[in-house]
Amino acid sequence: MDTRLLKDLKKLLGADMVLHRPEELLLYEYDGSVETARPSCVVFPQTKAHVMGIVELANRYKVPIVGRGAGTGLSGGALARHGGIVIGFSRMNRILEVDAENQRAVVQPGVVNADLSAAVAPLGLYYAPDPSSQKACTIGGNVSENSGGPHTLVYGVTTNHVLSLEVVLPTGELIRLGGGAVDSPGYDLPGLFVGSEGTLALVTEITVRLMRLPETVKTLLAIFDTLDDTTETVAAITSGGITPAACEMLDGWTLRAVEAYVHAGFPLDSAAVLLIDIDGTREAAESQAEEVAEVCRKHHAREVRVARDARERELLWKGRKNAFGAVGRFSTTYYVQDGVIPRTKLPQTLRRITEISEKYGFQIGNIFHAGDGNLHPLILFDARDEKQLRGAVAAADEIIEFCVQMGGTITGEHGVGMEKDRLMPLIFSEDDLEVMRRIRDAFNPTGLLNPEKILPLRKGCGEIYSRPLPAAGTAPA
Amino acid sequence: MSLASKTVSARLPDIVGAAHVINDPAQLAFYEVDGKKPGAAVRPGSREEIAEIVKFAAAENLAVIPTGARTKLGMGLPPRRYDVALDMARLDRVIAYDPADLTLSVEAGHSLSKLLGVLGDHRQFLPLLVPYFSRTTVGGTIAAGVDSPLRQYYGTARDYVLGMEYVTGEGVLAKSGGRVVKNVSGYDLHKLMIGSLGTLGVIVSVNFKTFPSALGSRGFVATFENADRALEMRHRTARSALTPLTMEILSPRVAELFAGEAAARIGSGTMLPNVLSSKHWAFTSGYTGNEQVLARYEEDFRRMAEELGAANVTVLDDNTRPPAFSRKREFVPIALASSPATTIMKISVLPARMKEVLAEAQRAAESNSLEWAALARGIGVIYLALLPRDRDEQSRAHVANATNDILAAVAKLDGHGTIPWAPSEWKSALRIWGLERGDFAQMQKVKKVFDPHGIMAPGRFVGGL
Repeated sequence: MDTRLLKDLKKLLGADMVLHRPEELLLYEYDGSVETARPSCVVFPQTKAHVMGIVELANRYKVPIVGRGAGTGLSGGALARHGGIVIGFSRMNRILEVDAENQRAVVQPGVVNADLSAAVAPLGLYYAPDPSSQKACTIGGNVSENSGGPHTLVYGVTTNHVLSLEVVLPTGELIRLGGGAVDSPGYDLPGLFVGSEGTLALVTEITVRLMRLPETVKTLLAIFDTLDDTTETVAAITSGGITPAACEMLDGWTLRAVEAYVHAGFPLDSAAVLLIDIDGTREAAESQAEEVAEVCRKHHAREVRVARDARERELLWKGRKNAFGAVGRFSTTYYVQDGVIPRTKLPQTLRRITEISEKYGFQIGNIFHAGDGNLHPLILFDARDEKQLRGAVAAADEIIEFCVQMGGTITGEHGVGMEKDRLMPLIFSEDDLEVMRRIRDAFNPTGLLNPEKILPLRKGCGEIYSRPLPAAGTAPA
Repeated sequence: MSLASKTVSARLPDIVGAAHVINDPAQLAFYEVDGKKPGAAVRPGSREEIAEIVKFAAAENLAVIPTGARTKLGMGLPPRRYDVALDMARLDRVIAYDPADLTLSVEAGHSLSKLLGVLGDHRQFLPLLVPYFSRTTVGGTIAAGVDSPLRQYYGTARDYVLGMEYVTGEGVLAKSGGRVVKNVSGYDLHKLMIGSLGTLGVIVSVNFKTFPSALGSRGFVATFENADRALEMRHRTARSALTPLTMEILSPRVAELFAGEAAARIGSGTMLPNVLSSKHWAFTSGYTGNEQVLARYEEDFRRMAEELGAANVTVLDDNTRPPAFSRKREFVPIALASSPATTIMKISVLPARMKEVLAEAQRAAESNSLEWAALARGIGVIYLALLPRDRDEQSRAHVANATNDILAAVAKLDGHGTIPWAPSEWKSALRIWGLERGDFAQMQKVKKVFDPHGIMAPGRFVGGL
């Protein structure tokens, strides 16, 4: 890279806040996806003035810039697809304000998701979106990806909890979008910027809504002998008048993998389980938990266990949240997919995934947000074998195409990034994509901010549907 | 006949058929926006026809305003130009409704109340209990961005609109989002259309997440000597384990508005006497659940109200709740019908600041000799109706003074305010979109992408966009 740029960055941030040696950059080639891309350097701003300064330098030297939180993303959003400067926000990790009375907090982008909930718990509050990576992932990254999580079923995803943003535009301007109060007059700019995957601006400050911790949480584990009974139960619960706080499904293979690692007490011989949270007032949670248990039994649940106390509840959830880690013990690499389908299409979709698993000869585990119809098939493969890698990607594509055929979509919470830009034409017309491109170009006119993410190159450029394969040797999340 | 209207009358019948083009001045009066009449009104029957009309308008530089049931055309600034009214009434189909998936796709011209009827057959609903409920269309509701009392629990349209199809100001048919409840594919452009008053394009169809209907519901009303105590009910509820569906604070004058003739005509049924009082502030809340849950809410609410020295407490059941709550839903039209020159402000602040805003509203109104009524949502949104006795110069000056004072006070409290409804001829004297904002340049960028020729409802939006 340009040594003058390096010198200017070091002058701006201090030499220890700029990484540029190959061995230092190695870690930043990855996120949680199977993609890789090496940046020219990684910098760590500590203030918004630093961020503005970095953007100014990037513009002067015409170098791409890419924001990065904890690098737990699953679609390559934080990878420098065309090299350039990766801006790591880990040093901007302060909770700036907690306003319990108005149930909101102002945070820097590098604040870790779970740290925010932990910080406000003594006030009886929490931050609702809870991606499985919440112990590592940052609020800034969540904002970029519009992250979800198990408990977004009733309370919504990141965009439903962001009140306003302070951002640095690719032009270097610092602006505020929205306000602390709701319903800012004008177009819903926070609504546009949340989930824009770091292609419109770099986020420097976020005002989020905090929720009150529920009086009662009931956690149920419903155990089934067939996949079909399990998936039919999900549709019956969600359409039946109760929206659980979470409704997660683990198939038999996955829960055996998890049990071996976490010892949460999952039954080893079942076809699948549902992990369901019901929360609210004591009266509501107890009666709804009973109703949900009844629906499970009506759909042939072999057993419905109710966690007796917080310890049992935590153990069951520990199993769910550490599932990806548990699977890592069985395979050097896995590819986690993120398709969404209408919930009533769960039975045939899971059957199709089984067929695809057999067709390609890969073990595919299923652990996902069943209540939302948000699938996470985990395709186990060995990335050192290029043939396997190609096969895993082809299997994943088949699953996603089936989701789209079912009336679903290509990503529910992981983002498009550089993983699925080529799949966007499955759901969007060239006109749809052109409006999105123009919005991107209006805010990111030089294209230096996170280039070639989300939107496929225009037709005729020969890129659509010819995936550039990631290098072998990718790491598990 | 102007050149523009000649072109219009020649081309529009080609696109939609002569039967669906209106040129008769008497009929065009229905499409008036702030005193401006369009040269023609057109009633397309398909998305393709809409795209054709807008493409034609863009080529001829004709200004287009999309309309539904025409109930909220008075919102916003007067349009700079207005050539074609695009009446969406014929696009009124339910495209897809999958009750078991709790998703719905519906054309913009569909009546909202009829849609809720369709959903009701499956024991589902949309939390859009918005003003002009019995007449308004889905598209008009979304484009106007009006809110519902149910936002306390369910949020606003941005929280349950899953996707949209729209025609841009260049006549391009495009979409964003999808029909599933969770989706991060591409930019959420449909969020920009919500509340954009037709200035970005024409909403063709909207995909919603639907909700299962509640079991039993009740309404709780407690009246208090002053605003502070009614607000304190809201704060205590927010700190409690209760999660009611609605929470509102009503100023004393609301009792008279709701008892009046306009309310009887616009709302439904007859209000129980003595629920509200013209001497008291009221806290109202709606909640739902089975018998045990309802009992718990009532017990907790009663205890809080008693501790705060409530003058009167009423629990409304399935029979007595609808008249009271339909009036709350229709606060805007009831207020508009209650004075010859009603001017309504919408003020957003952090909930803890509502007390100061209500005090300032009272001061500003009374020092300008204006009657006033306020409905404050627990979430921190206050609708303040100023009710002048006359629609004259002096009243206009009073309203301008009062609204300017309030806007300044609200800005100091880190909030913001607008004046969504005011007499047309007063709008130039009022800060309809509130004080200038730092993000206006970004709004201009958005407008330019969707409507580069500036033909979509030009001038109605923030900063004259």
